[in-house]
Amino acid sequence: MPRVVVDVMLKPEILDPQGQAVQRALPRLGFEGITDVRQGKRFELEVEGPVDDAALARIREMAETFLANTVIEDFTVRVAEQPAAGPSADAGAVA
Amino acid sequence: MRTDAPAPAPGASGSGPGLGRIGVVTFPGSLDDRDAARAVRLAGGEPVALWHREKDIRQVDAVVLPGGFSYGDYLRCGAIARFSPVMQTVIEQARIGMPVLGICNGFQVLCESHLLPGALTRNDHLHFICRDQRLRIENANTPWTVDYEQGQEITVPIKNNEGGYVAAERTLDALEAEGRIVLRYAGSNPNGSRRDIAGITNEAGNVVGLMPHPEHAVEELTGPTTEGLGFFTSVLKSLVAAS
Repeated sequence: MPRVVVDVMLKPEILDPQGQAVQRALPRLGFEGITDVRQGKRFELEVEGPVDDAALARIREMAETFLANTVIEDFTVRVAEQPAAGPSADAGAVA
Repeated sequence: MRTDAPAPAPGASGSGPGLGRIGVVTFPGSLDDRDAARAVRLAGGEPVALWHREKDIRQVDAVVLPGGFSYGDYLRCGAIARFSPVMQTVIEQARIGMPVLGICNGFQVLCESHLLPGALTRNDHLHFICRDQRLRIENANTPWTVDYEQGQEITVPIKNNEGGYVAAERTLDALEAEGRIVLRYAGSNPNGSRRDIAGITNEAGNVVGLMPHPEHAVEELTGPTTEGLGFFTSVLKSLVAAS
């Protein structure tokens, strides 16, 4: 089954306290050199039928109305790379 | 758990002319629906239980969306509840002027429904917070706040993990300019809410969302004060005035 990935991230101007907590923990654990961490969400959607333009448009609409709250979050939609297939077709970022 | 005729409130005659029918929605995961219904009753109104899967809101005069964790808060707080059958009717009615109060998770549902601008995000300190909070009434003209004075300070409980109010700067400026900030945190800001915002209203003024819980401050036995009751007496008074 083809798989489409929707990544949802807080907009850059929105405080991400979870990401900050992770960042603060890193040096304590011996992981140096990370100056910023942002934490997001990833949805993997298994799609019935072909992932054509119409299917991607529907998924973008789904992301915009439901998976992301576009007041505070950005999202990107892309077709997941299939094993033994060509390079992933990036459906482009939608903000 | 849906009754057409809830028992009359102790202390309320239950038959007076100003008796408003106030719907209280129960979503799976709602926790404060009983408390909200009790607050309505103590204020002298008639609470009407509304079920999330039914579009019918049974001719209520106003609706309270209570606190809790609607649909488990999976995805985001309020995100799934916003698409429930009952919310389709609530959104429709709110747009034509029905008073709606969203408390805590209910506020999150109202933001997700785009009835109110902005969003509620994770508390800046990442901790769940539960305490009695001092608040300042900034707008005593909404149907939910007419029984308060502008600038009055009240103390009611807050309890949330995702209570930080955020919106674009221009939205915040507009809220300030239009007097749409209903409630601000007084003393200290418990969760990093922008501009100490604890509650806002829509442009028409009939939809109000609050993070604090006035329904937990309506009786001396169970609340820090009874200063939350004013939200519920206000709407009853406003309904009488509008009729």
